[in-house]
Amino acid sequence: MMRLELVKRPQRSMLFSALSPFIAFGLTIIAGAILFALLGVNPLTAFEIYFIEPISQVWQLHELAIKAAPLILIAVGLSVCYKANIWNIGAEGQFILGGIFGSIIPVLFPGFEGPLVLPLMLLFGMVGGAFYAAIPALLKTRFGTNEILTSLMLVYVAQLFLDWLVRGPWRDPQGHGFPQTIQFNDSAVLPELMPDAGRANWGFVFALVAAVLIWVLMSRLLKGFEVRVLGSSPRAGRFAGFGLSRMVFFAFLLSGALAGLAGISEVSGAIGQLQPVISPGYGFTAIIVAFLGRLNPLGIVAAGLVLALTYLGGEAVQSALGISDKVARVFQGMLLFFVLGCDTLIHYRIRLVGMALAKGAAKLDAAPKLKEAR
Amino acid sequence: MSADHDGANLLEVRGLTKIFGTLTACDHIDLNIAKGEIHALLGENGAGKSTLVKMLFGSLEPNSGDIFWNGEAVRITSPGMAKKLGIGMVFQHFSLFEALTAAENIALSLDDGSPISSIAAKARALSFSYGLPLDPDSLVGDLSVGERQRIEIIRCLLQTPQLIILDEPTSVLTPQEADKLFETLERLRSEGKSILYISHRLEEVKRICDRATVLRHGKVVGHCNPREETASSLARMMVGNEVKAVVRAPAEGIETAQPLLEIRALSRKPATPFSIPLKNINLNVRAGEVIGIAGVAGNGQGELFESVSGEVLQQDAASVRIRGKDAGALSITGRRLMGAAFVPEERLGHGAAPRMKLSENLLLSRHATDGKVFVGAGGAVKSGAVYAAAQRIIVAMDVRKSAPDPEAAALSGGNLQKFIVGRELDRSPAVMVVNQPTWGVDAGAAAHIRQALIELARSGSAVLVISQDLDELFEISDAIAVMHNGELSKPLPIAEATFEKIGLLMGGAEPGHAEHTLETA
Repeated sequence: MMRLELVKRPQRSMLFSALSPFIAFGLTIIAGAILFALLGVNPLTAFEIYFIEPISQVWQLHELAIKAAPLILIAVGLSVCYKANIWNIGAEGQFILGGIFGSIIPVLFPGFEGPLVLPLMLLFGMVGGAFYAAIPALLKTRFGTNEILTSLMLVYVAQLFLDWLVRGPWRDPQGHGFPQTIQFNDSAVLPELMPDAGRANWGFVFALVAAVLIWVLMSRLLKGFEVRVLGSSPRAGRFAGFGLSRMVFFAFLLSGALAGLAGISEVSGAIGQLQPVISPGYGFTAIIVAFLGRLNPLGIVAAGLVLALTYLGGEAVQSALGISDKVARVFQGMLLFFVLGCDTLIHYRIRLVGMALAKGAAKLDAAPKLKEAR
Repeated sequence: MSADHDGANLLEVRGLTKIFGTLTACDHIDLNIAKGEIHALLGENGAGKSTLVKMLFGSLEPNSGDIFWNGEAVRITSPGMAKKLGIGMVFQHFSLFEALTAAENIALSLDDGSPISSIAAKARALSFSYGLPLDPDSLVGDLSVGERQRIEIIRCLLQTPQLIILDEPTSVLTPQEADKLFETLERLRSEGKSILYISHRLEEVKRICDRATVLRHGKVVGHCNPREETASSLARMMVGNEVKAVVRAPAEGIETAQPLLEIRALSRKPATPFSIPLKNINLNVRAGEVIGIAGVAGNGQGELFESVSGEVLQQDAASVRIRGKDAGALSITGRRLMGAAFVPEERLGHGAAPRMKLSENLLLSRHATDGKVFVGAGGAVKSGAVYAAAQRIIVAMDVRKSAPDPEAAALSGGNLQKFIVGRELDRSPAVMVVNQPTWGVDAGAAAHIRQALIELARSGSAVLVISQDLDELFEISDAIAVMHNGELSKPLPIAEATFEKIGLLMGGAEPGHAEHTLETA
């Protein structure tokens, strides 16, 4: 019997730390080629349709920006959480609540028009997302619940709440019974950046601005230092006088607000009304974006564009080759798997251990390790 | 050295070398351990003692060199194999589960499927015959450190080893508990077992060890008979040069000086099932004096430090007072702003964030007190000013490092500790509270840190030092109080304090009631 063990490396390779996302991407391509071959499609053709064609024209680049904007907005917020070692998995729900809160004005007060509408909607969206993120933060700080579980479970609550709204109280009375709200009036629609060239709207600009601001926060401000200290050594953070509870709220509210902003931008810009489903899983995909971008806001911009492409590619292979668009999910999953795998192997090396020998060693090692963990 | 090739050696090590990256932790180490001897392995921290022992116990593989066991070449590839050969080890940091009983902990490491009850019976018999009283059915969490060490020793003895390796065994014991341990060791020697005794306490090495091997910077610098050496000649071998003695000028007029740190009736409930409650602690530290707090590890010193530093707040704001003002309800930042500074026991992960640069670690404890200097408008960190201040501290404390601003984890323990202490001294705090100032620090750096603490006090600050190292406390303190089971004794002025008096208090004796000393520990 053999057994695999992860042994901590004494030193991390700087080179491979930097290369890791690219290696992961390469491995994803290889695994993807095998996947396409098994589906009976020539991998080269499939890759051309998946990765090249969707960005070969200017209007398609606009589509890419539309898909990338929410991913980047959410992921930069999540990067702050994850740097603080706080695990907000519920950005999808915060995104939806942002969409709902932001839609209050155009849905309930359709007569209210003017330049104030849009800023108010965006503000409401951020408040909605932040409010929804405050729930797991409160549960964690007050009752010590695991934020991974609570934030994830609240996603389903948000999805069902939206579903109920658009089928019930907020349904468009003139909508022939379709489960959707009224179309937003013009002053409630996020303008397009270059209407002549494509559909990309201001959401992409918000994403870039947010990425730069978060970068400044994390690398230049004392608050960012606090995030990094509490995330990497909580006890040193407490010694520094930084409060962990305050940090939980800060990280959740910030990431929730950005997810909410992404939600209302998507609803107001790309969709123009509320529907039962307003996100193809942006909140979850953004987790991959955050890690692929090494939790660095500028890396996240690049990673967001890559993941946006997997969405477009998924749609493209579906229409051109008749392959399920779930293949996009498969690609995203593989990418996350390989990123995390590469990161792990940067910190650890694998050792094969014979069972009989390992037993004694493991028994002896187990206790001190447990102690360390506490 | 006489026993070199006469075949009576239980263990022979030839040219053992271990290289970590660019560091040669062990460089062609030669070592002979004869049957029935207590052999000391001496060396400062970082001299390569732990690396050598780990290779002997199979948890590290040497890069080159040979190990002979009873004259036969062996490769020790795992701790399991070391045990099979007959090598047992008692670690400095215990590997025991607090929520299990002593017998259950022993069963875990024996791993031969025998029932707990029979293991408990064997352990009881063994502990009785070696004079190490132990109840195998007691929960480890309820036991004192000395008792925990007995579990480790009995666990090791149950495997009937020929060679027992003890890593700094007395660092957690009272002087009286240590005496008991020495009796056991002498008994084991008389039975023909060999002991490799790792320590930096020269007096005890002189007292019980037959031979000594001294390491410095990964190399063997000498073999000797410790009984023929003096403590200072051994120290010279370990350090390589004369260590500057700490000078303690007599404190003048401190009886009338203002108390800068007052602890009044401080009590604290245990935070976890295995932590110690603090019971009605009272102490004044006046301007100009160093007060030492002695005690065996785990008697509430950590809890006291957290309460005084403000990492844990008190319900009664008056229970901790700094410079005459109530501070009990203030956070650590609030207390720092009143002029207090703190150095915790753990360097990595508590006093410093391991993966952050030294300059960032400077900001860690001083972002509020030096807010104007280090943090600009809008919360922007002035990294230039922080960097300059870090360099100033590095120079002042003679911190040796490999890069201009390395990560904290890249420094040796002693150099990081110099930086952490220097970070606080640089502020000239009115009150300084230090937990284990020189734990694991080499002699040269330790002397530097101790001298700096004395000078801080003599310049008019109040210094409180919590330490397990009695030599250190006697060297720097003007008075020593003892912590036992969450209670603090009255401080004994240094002129009246003796090792024996302090040792009895550490074992839990009330002053003047020396009879029921050890077993209450």
